[in-house]
Amino acid sequence: MASTERLLLSGNEAVALASLHAGVRLGTGYPGTPSTEILEAFSLIGGPAQWSPNEKVALEVALGVSFAGGRTLVTMKHVGVNVAADPLFTAAYIDLTGGLVLISADDPGMASSQNEQDNRHYARAAIVPMLEPSDSQEAYDFTLAAFELSERWRVPVILRMTTRICHAKTEVIPGEPRPSTMAPHFERDIPGRVMIPAYARPAHHKVRAKMEEIARWNEESGLNRIYPGDKSLGIITSGISVMHAREAAPDATVLALGLTWPLPMQMITDFVNSVDRCIVIEEGDHLLYEALTVAGLKVEGKPEMYRFSELNVTRVRRIIAGDVSPEAPRPRGKPPELCQGCSHREVFEALSRLDCIVAGDIGCYTLGVLPPFEAMDTCVCMGAAIGVGLGLRHVLPEAEARRVVSVIGDSTFVHSGLTGIAEMVYNPPPTGHVVLIVDNSTTAMTGRQEHPGTGRSLNHEPTNKMDFVAVCKAMGVKNVEVVDPQKDEAKFEEILKDMMARDELSVLIAERPCILAAPLIRKLEKAEAEKHCAAGCAAAPVE
Amino acid sequence: MAVTNVVLAGLGGQGVVKASDLLSTTAFSSGLQVKKSEVHGMSQRGGSVTTDVRFGKQVLSPMVPMGEADFLMVFESTQVDLNLGWLRPGGVLITPDLIPEGELKNRKSLNVALLGAASMVMDFSEQEWVAAIHQCFPPKLHAVNEHAFALGRKLGAGLSRPEVIEGV
Repeated sequence: MASTERLLLSGNEAVALASLHAGVRLGTGYPGTPSTEILEAFSLIGGPAQWSPNEKVALEVALGVSFAGGRTLVTMKHVGVNVAADPLFTAAYIDLTGGLVLISADDPGMASSQNEQDNRHYARAAIVPMLEPSDSQEAYDFTLAAFELSERWRVPVILRMTTRICHAKTEVIPGEPRPSTMAPHFERDIPGRVMIPAYARPAHHKVRAKMEEIARWNEESGLNRIYPGDKSLGIITSGISVMHAREAAPDATVLALGLTWPLPMQMITDFVNSVDRCIVIEEGDHLLYEALTVAGLKVEGKPEMYRFSELNVTRVRRIIAGDVSPEAPRPRGKPPELCQGCSHREVFEALSRLDCIVAGDIGCYTLGVLPPFEAMDTCVCMGAAIGVGLGLRHVLPEAEARRVVSVIGDSTFVHSGLTGIAEMVYNPPPTGHVVLIVDNSTTAMTGRQEHPGTGRSLNHEPTNKMDFVAVCKAMGVKNVEVVDPQKDEAKFEEILKDMMARDELSVLIAERPCILAAPLIRKLEKAEAEKHCAAGCAAAPVE
Repeated sequence: MAVTNVVLAGLGGQGVVKASDLLSTTAFSSGLQVKKSEVHGMSQRGGSVTTDVRFGKQVLSPMVPMGEADFLMVFESTQVDLNLGWLRPGGVLITPDLIPEGELKNRKSLNVALLGAASMVMDFSEQEWVAAIHQCFPPKLHAVNEHAFALGRKLGAGLSRPEVIEGV
């Protein structure tokens, strides 16, 4: 069906639709703003999608799909790529079979993240091609192109998006579905897929050669566009900055890079030589500017102050004008807070009353750091609560060591907490330790996604449920207790106090469903119970 | 035709994003290019929410530059002063004071009521708005939102269009 259909889609929805049109066999990932809606949208339109416990596992599953000849999509936020970096760097050495596209959803300006790392570095460091769409249409087009590129050169491809691409809705005119013609099959390729040094050494040379080929191909790839204009000012840019730059300097000649690694150096050189003044407009680090300067091109970068936070039209105008005067502050709105009725409130009130030193983690409960609680002392990355808490316990004087509690959410615990428990059991501090799992039966912060501890899959269908109590006990934790911190507030505090006083290893699970997720959870549990009852009644012997 | 810039601001849970969807759908269905941008995530926890909607023949950046909004719609009175910087000179400010307490059967539909008011000074037909309401809400919420929209149109009858200022 030829389509002239106009759709108003977010970049995330556009990637989902393109993945469906690309015939993706399995989409995997871990929720993280601003990437979360991709797999949800993909599942909603009929694509096979599942949440993994973390990004590393998601990418490993995707690699298996690729080895089986299937196309596969892996989604994560920028910091998720750090978790997946281990398989990513070696995946680049391997000859893939089915197309593999990894979405890196970056968050410049940190709307909902712990740092604003620029994941364009990963393309260079991991030796992987990178595409950067500038709106939802390109998110759709580039996703399809990324699968084809991945299969042609048998490499993973990163599609790098940012908050304003992921969450902005813009027009998309979708094309014809372009699925792979390959049927899943197993083909043994030991030197191509088993990265022992003997096979990895030639593989490194091979991937460098692939990148040289892709760079040459990129000169005419059609993924980079020149918007003609006045030759007195040329702008080289990519991603959302393409839009800001075209608006800020409507008369300028603009080179909008789409396949941003490996760079089409001849095209860029010709562009630089065609204009009087050439400036690089890039959000985040000075990567493109540095690459072009190293190549001997005469281009201007941006003043250091614009490395921080998002770009926008106003900031791009200032960059072009060389304006380094202080910027007007953005309006500071009301900060977010824990919902009224959220059981994390009772937890942080208790932690505050007991004067705990709290090694915190990533999730809604990180809001426990803000007034009126101010009951969190560290927050680094997913799972860090446990390791950081243990380090504090090992070195602090006894009286202070006893006050240390690691606080981690249920989804975060599955993501990166299990190895922390192994560490705790293996290297127990002299005062023991207390890990508090705040289990609200959902991945709340990112919009209430399921995880292995909920017993439901991405689309809320029942599946095996991971039992936190059994897991902690089996790993060797002596004391494991479960309490509802809202229903039994006093008991919760009493148990916590008792655990802190002992020289033993304890896990306290504060279990109460997220107040926003509870209605859906109740509905799903009721439906499941009714299904079991219907099956049970039908199976019951008739007297 | 130049780009029309609308900034919608309020608190999490007030339907700011829903209102921006409704406005975007209306503009998009009328054949215009539309870009809509907001920041999710932490904003879901009762914090401030701001969304940008831009429409016209060609829209580039999805974000309204500071001081260039033709319309600023604020859903919570405490958020008005905070967001005034978005509005351009001669732009239209729409605040919740326009819809007196008690006028709405359900205060939750304030977002649609304020859009009803704004619709009096925008270029889309009432039919286009109502079609968008049908597209953006499930059937059981059509009546309450159509009622809120109609109330907004009544109460917004006195609004003036944004002033055309040379060079803006």
